[in-house]
Amino acid sequence: MANVTRVTTTKAVAANRSTPLVEVHDIRKNYQLGEMKVHALRGVSVNIQAGDFVAIMGASGSGKSTFMNILGCLDRPTSGRYFLEGTDVAVLTKKELAHIRNQKIGFVFQGFNLLGRTTALENTELPMLYSNTSKNDRERRAREALVQVGLGDRADHFPSQLSGGQQQRVAIARALVNQPRMLLADEPTGNLDSRTSVEVMEIFQKLNTEGLTIILVTHEPDIAQFAKREIVFRDGHIKRDDAVEVPHVAREVLKIMPTIKD
Amino acid sequence: MDFSSAFGLALRALGRNKMRSGLTMLGLIIGVGAVIAVIGIGEGAATAAQEQLTALGSNMLFIGSGSVNRYGMHVGSFQTKTLVLTDARAIVRECPSVSAAAPGTGTGQQVVYGNENWATQVTGTEPQYFEVRNWPFAIGTSFSDDDVTQAATVAVLGDTVRKYLFGSRNPIGETIRIGTLPFKVVGVLTAKGASPGSGQDQDDVIIAPLTTVQKKLLGQEWLRWIMVSAVSRQASYVAQQQMVSLLRDRHKIRSGDPDDFVVRNMADMADAAAEQGTVMTVLLTIVASIALLVGGIGIMNIMLVSVTERTREIGVRMAVGATEEDIRLQFLIEALVLGLIGGTIGVVFGVTSSLAVSQGLGWPIRISAYAIALSTVFAMATALFFGFYPARLASQLNPIEALRYE
Repeated sequence: MANVTRVTTTKAVAANRSTPLVEVHDIRKNYQLGEMKVHALRGVSVNIQAGDFVAIMGASGSGKSTFMNILGCLDRPTSGRYFLEGTDVAVLTKKELAHIRNQKIGFVFQGFNLLGRTTALENTELPMLYSNTSKNDRERRAREALVQVGLGDRADHFPSQLSGGQQQRVAIARALVNQPRMLLADEPTGNLDSRTSVEVMEIFQKLNTEGLTIILVTHEPDIAQFAKREIVFRDGHIKRDDAVEVPHVAREVLKIMPTIKD
Repeated sequence: MDFSSAFGLALRALGRNKMRSGLTMLGLIIGVGAVIAVIGIGEGAATAAQEQLTALGSNMLFIGSGSVNRYGMHVGSFQTKTLVLTDARAIVRECPSVSAAAPGTGTGQQVVYGNENWATQVTGTEPQYFEVRNWPFAIGTSFSDDDVTQAATVAVLGDTVRKYLFGSRNPIGETIRIGTLPFKVVGVLTAKGASPGSGQDQDDVIIAPLTTVQKKLLGQEWLRWIMVSAVSRQASYVAQQQMVSLLRDRHKIRSGDPDDFVVRNMADMADAAAEQGTVMTVLLTIVASIALLVGGIGIMNIMLVSVTERTREIGVRMAVGATEEDIRLQFLIEALVLGLIGGTIGVVFGVTSSLAVSQGLGWPIRISAYAIALSTVFAMATALFFGFYPARLASQLNPIEALRYE
């Protein structure tokens, strides 16, 4: 991490010494589903340091998605506290949360969620529409982000003209374009074949090496092995929270993986 | 998000679904177009009516010999024989609000020139008639006061009569036969068109000296009418009162008995026309409101469909940092752009169809900037009003649910 160039990274390293990037205390989340009260999270506490690469595992209904939504400031906990870079997020207004999502968090979804009939470049520009960035800056930074994910030559393509892996890379470029503190990926490889999945992991590992904090929700144990740390949810609790002994290196895995032939 | 990017975004969103956007705007296009066309026709008609009234002279009054109840029998108008030339002279002399009075009578006659013949109304009057009626000559001149004194057989032709008897030839100096008498043509009047009151062709007339018509055509001494010009339009009501009391006095009508003459005031007719205009405007406003309401509901309907269809897009936008205001603005501007484009096309459509009607049917049409501005502003206001609910709905979506929406 000595030769990092990204501004984010420098800030993240500084934050690393004082407070964790994410600090969660005894978070609970209850839903009212008709007559039934659902306890999605029953007291979750966890710290995530800047520069970490965390895989969150768990069966469906374990609370991992709810946890991700709270981390991503899309939802607020029923009780408990969540500090993002030392800021208590639970007390912020909807508008302030939108600003935090815009500036500090990048989302990558399972279904890519690109806007149809909109070019890769325009999709990548999307977060900057909501951060008062001039048109020239928007285009320049979006192109840079596309180059970062290896799609510099696909800027003017529409999602329908791109493969699944390429679409997911556009989504990653979109998540990176505002230089967030952390990347939240919800089952990013769920719709991709195994080789493309590893390719996405390669990008994540590269970004992580450059200092970006990544939190990845997945139900595939193989994919979790590319992370540095593995947190397993069950019934709204953290069941296990371990460092991955020897994380797989995506670049190496790709070398021994057979290329898919048509 | 700044306004100009929001505007561009809206244009592209609408452009992605051109067919649907077009159909959505159709309601507004037809509404705005109809408003402009109908207001154009209405104002054109009102203006034409007003012009005709002005041509008639808005400070003009008309005294007709009246109906009278004799032995329990009602006798129709122009039947009394009490209105005479000295009445006309007395009116000018004794009513201060009257500037001129032209006595007159009339009779239907067959007129002949060469092989052509035509049945028309022959009016007998004095030269000031042309002044009172504000009726200029196309060619030639009026007959003179001497012609009246001498009961000369000279005639002035209305434009319609000239057309039927002479076609393209110059009638001045020619001799026509009215009934059995030869008349020399001395002048032709300009065309005045149909009367705003009765719709009669005012140009289908021959005008000759009063005495000539009274003695040589009718054999009557009395008048059928007196055309009076008040000093101003405001003075016409006072003039009316002065004349009524003067004539009642001269005709020795006891108080309580009905007049043996009728007075009509052109200012009354002008007021009536103006009132008709107001009623028309109210009706048109109602029609316009309904048209725009229907257009607005169309916009709301499509915007609601659009919000549902783009739920995931809204979720994504919220996830990457769009606030509620951003989402609301986006959809409001889309509605506004629909209104703006629809309104503009509607204006073009309205103006073209008005011009087509004007050309095709020969109706007088007046397209006012007021109607264009009003309908465009209303189209946009309608779009905004009906766009607000869908936009609010979009902004209130829960981002998590929106992202999961299939």
